[in-house]
Amino acid sequence: MADATRVPAVEGWFTTGEDGRPPALLGSRCAGCGTYAFPAETTLCRNPDCASTAFEVVELSRRGRIWSYTDARYQPPAPYVAADPYVPFCLAAVELAAEKLVVMGQVVGGVTVDDLTVGDEVELVVDTLYSEDGTDHVVWKWRPLAAASAAGVEVGG
Amino acid sequence: MSVADGRRVAVLGAGMHEWGKWGRPFVEYGLAAARDALADAGLDWRDVQFVSGADTIRNGYPGFVAGATFAQALGWTGAPVSSVYAACASGAVAIGAARAQILAGLCDVALVVGADTTPKGFFAPVGGDRKDDPDWLRFHLLGATNPTYFALYARRRMDRFGATEEDFAQVKVKNARHGLANPYARYRKEVTVDEVLGSPMVADPLRLLEICATSDGGAALVLSSMDFARRHAGGGSPLVTIDAVSTVTPTFPNPVIEMPNFSTDSAAAEGAAAVGFRPSIAAAAYAEAGIGPEDLSLAEVYDLSSALELDWYEDIGLCGEGEAEKLLRDGVTALGGRVPVNPSGGLSCFGEAIPAQAIAQVCECVWQLRGIATGRQVDGARVAVTANQGLFGHGSSVLLRR
Repeated sequence: MADATRVPAVEGWFTTGEDGRPPALLGSRCAGCGTYAFPAETTLCRNPDCASTAFEVVELSRRGRIWSYTDARYQPPAPYVAADPYVPFCLAAVELAAEKLVVMGQVVGGVTVDDLTVGDEVELVVDTLYSEDGTDHVVWKWRPLAAASAAGVEVGG
Repeated sequence: MSVADGRRVAVLGAGMHEWGKWGRPFVEYGLAAARDALADAGLDWRDVQFVSGADTIRNGYPGFVAGATFAQALGWTGAPVSSVYAACASGAVAIGAARAQILAGLCDVALVVGADTTPKGFFAPVGGDRKDDPDWLRFHLLGATNPTYFALYARRRMDRFGATEEDFAQVKVKNARHGLANPYARYRKEVTVDEVLGSPMVADPLRLLEICATSDGGAALVLSSMDFARRHAGGGSPLVTIDAVSTVTPTFPNPVIEMPNFSTDSAAAEGAAAVGFRPSIAAAAYAEAGIGPEDLSLAEVYDLSSALELDWYEDIGLCGEGEAEKLLRDGVTALGGRVPVNPSGGLSCFGEAIPAQAIAQVCECVWQLRGIATGRQVDGARVAVTANQGLFGHGSSVLLRR
């Protein structure tokens, strides 16, 4: 099957699951105080009480709970690369319990705001952001666990 | 309950150019506002010893050196300049820069100017292929526009506090009514709840009529030392002073997702207690002035969306968390209520001219405190506060008194 080439839309922010492990966001964990950061911190810890410059790149929790959500009814301006015709999508800010932070992401296609509620559990997947010249540029997205089967989404990786 | 003269500056003049979508060079708007402010102060341009410009980032090099651009447009006099950018908070930071010069005794009279010319539609990031700029990346990777963030906050109010779409619409209805007689407002038209709820959904639960537009406009202030103000005082209108300027940044770890970030701070470190940014903004101004929210006659807050105005009620201390809807429904924040919010009509009636907006908020407070805000006057106004927040962690709050 002549699959399109899959490349991450941004380098080093997430794993794509190509190695058989489920995809995950790549953040940093401070060696000094345990503060996480996404995208990964590489210079100085964001905690003003910590002067550490040593970080471990770690996979962040693949599941979290919706902190809030919305959708994009109108096509966002460039540099967003929209499909033609434009297809609206949802976005969610998701709370990761272990890391004690909230991360934004698009929600997988086929989901509307009516399918979402604050507090719902979601799981990270990797999915196409846009396709250009036979290449699929992929990004992380959130998939509601409750709506996963209903939406019939194919999980990346 | 008042600050000593040591921390206070006088507002001698305020001036604005009408907000709109004119597409003319931003310098024209700034110049018109500056000349109005000087006339209002009864001062000549040559009396100005320091020019503090708020930058615009969408109008080329002159926008990045706004202080010099306006000084040149007024005619070089040799006055030192400063040009600052702090997103939506730029105007307050420019006021802060001018105030610092005056309080340090480096000058007696300073002119603050901000003006913008804006493109149509969603605010887009500055151009180019900039994969290390979070503002560029949030559009590219997420398609997250400014309304995306406003909508996340709005949805959270609905979920946590039972806010309804009608509550949000009522904010718009109130502000549209407030701005009807404001000669500087771009939109001067009453709207009904049905019209708001009938306008197209942009970012659920926010609709077109509930999201701030982008506008052209200009605003300016003439500030002076208290000594100069006393010598210069011509009687007539009461003297309005700025008693505090807050330009705070967030405190780690900030638990709220802020434009243009992909994530919040992590509170995983031991002893890292989450501190909200927005509530800290006006709190710093109250602390500096020794004045509390109970002393307010009115407030001008940044209603980038209808729902965000409700967040501000709580963040500037008008009520406790989750109580803003009740304040709105009881008419407390409408003209005629205990503490009218956005008597100017707010961003709802203006749209946003970024570097001018925080200055415009202060202009409105000045006119309210002088008692000359025709058609929207808050009776007996004595104390006013402005509040706004610029992306990349810029707080902005100015406390004024007469």
